[in-house]
Amino acid sequence: MIVSGRKLRVATTSLAGCFGCHMSFLDIDEHLLELVELVEFDRSPLTDIKHCGPCDIGIIEGGVCNAENVHVLREFRKHCKILIALGACAVTGGLPAQRNHLDVGQCLQEVYHTCIGVESLPGGQVPNDPELPLLLDKVHPIHEVVRVDYFIPGCPPSGEAIWKFLTDLIAGHTPRLSHPILRFD
Amino acid sequence: MSDTKKFLLDGKPVVFQDGQTILEAARQAGHYIPHLCWHPDFPAHGSCKLCIVKVGGRHVSSCAMPAKEGMEVESNTPEMNGERRALLQMLFVEGNHFCPSCEKSGNCQLQALAYDLEMLSAHFNHFYPNRPVDASHPDVLLDFNRCIFCELCVRASRDIDGKNIFALTDRGIHKHLVVNAESGRLADTDFAASDRAANICPVGVILHKRQGFARPIGERDYDAKPISVVAMEEVEK
Repeated sequence: MIVSGRKLRVATTSLAGCFGCHMSFLDIDEHLLELVELVEFDRSPLTDIKHCGPCDIGIIEGGVCNAENVHVLREFRKHCKILIALGACAVTGGLPAQRNHLDVGQCLQEVYHTCIGVESLPGGQVPNDPELPLLLDKVHPIHEVVRVDYFIPGCPPSGEAIWKFLTDLIAGHTPRLSHPILRFD
Repeated sequence: MSDTKKFLLDGKPVVFQDGQTILEAARQAGHYIPHLCWHPDFPAHGSCKLCIVKVGGRHVSSCAMPAKEGMEVESNTPEMNGERRALLQMLFVEGNHFCPSCEKSGNCQLQALAYDLEMLSAHFNHFYPNRPVDASHPDVLLDFNRCIFCELCVRASRDIDGKNIFALTDRGIHKHLVVNAESGRLADTDFAASDRAANICPVGVILHKRQGFARPIGERDYDAKPISVVAMEEVEK
């Protein structure tokens, strides 16, 4: 992917993720110095920019578990030429999706009302502040909500896998992950 | 005239004996054809379709198709591997395959095949079925979330252990693995951890308790070498 005369613009975000994939991204260590020669960051936890502008590459960690995730994901899709699902949660729903066979209302009751250690708390209630995004009844991998160009599985993907994938992509090759750096765990 | 019979696998001659299937002959000659429900100790089952090959323009299960003189078989081609990848993706979305939290990760044939065929996403929409686990047995845990319906445990329990403990029930998307006990619980059968059926699951359904991560991630069956290499080393043994 060649853009003459300027650095590639990259945005990243974590939806229903744990930021582990971002930590793994930082695990490319000294390659970060090579990377900043090639790219500059738009919206990302690394820059604290709050909204995504026009970008070449968008990297999404985490699945979609609430209404805000849907808005952020659509913003990324709208502004990024290439969208990458980074990590097990973005690719499969991951750990948050393990609630999918349960009723979300019962989950909230269990967590805030009835589970051991919480049942005796006075005035305990399910949080309902209007600032809080509403939960979806199911957690979805991002490709079930928007079109996704590439997937990097792993929990988290290793720094090596992320670096291999990004350098392939930036060099204009078809990015390829295979044994042993392709892992789902 | 020579007595040896041959067919062509991806353009290479493979010698076979009468009665051998394409998969058996290929395996004997050192060529790997992906498979999940096939096992050398059991008759062909033909349910997973991962061993699909193209013979004379037609798709066949190589585990069930007898080898014939002069056949031209396509296996390791972009077309066949693409179809295998799509089959794997369907298996992944039909169950709940959360590799990061599965103690079979690294020893799982489904996962290893997905690595080998470079499956990067499940592509389809996930079903997220509700399949409660059965932890009733003192030594063995059943996590039905990961079942791919290969029936290896059903066949092993029935044909080798003589206990007939497992069965598949219902049809289509409702198909699921059950335990043949009135209560439906594994604890109410004479199942033992030493049974063949307890040691044959290619995925993470039948798990021995208290072993978990005794063998750490990184030192498992498919960590150092891909399944296509490991499976061929098993033939040599």
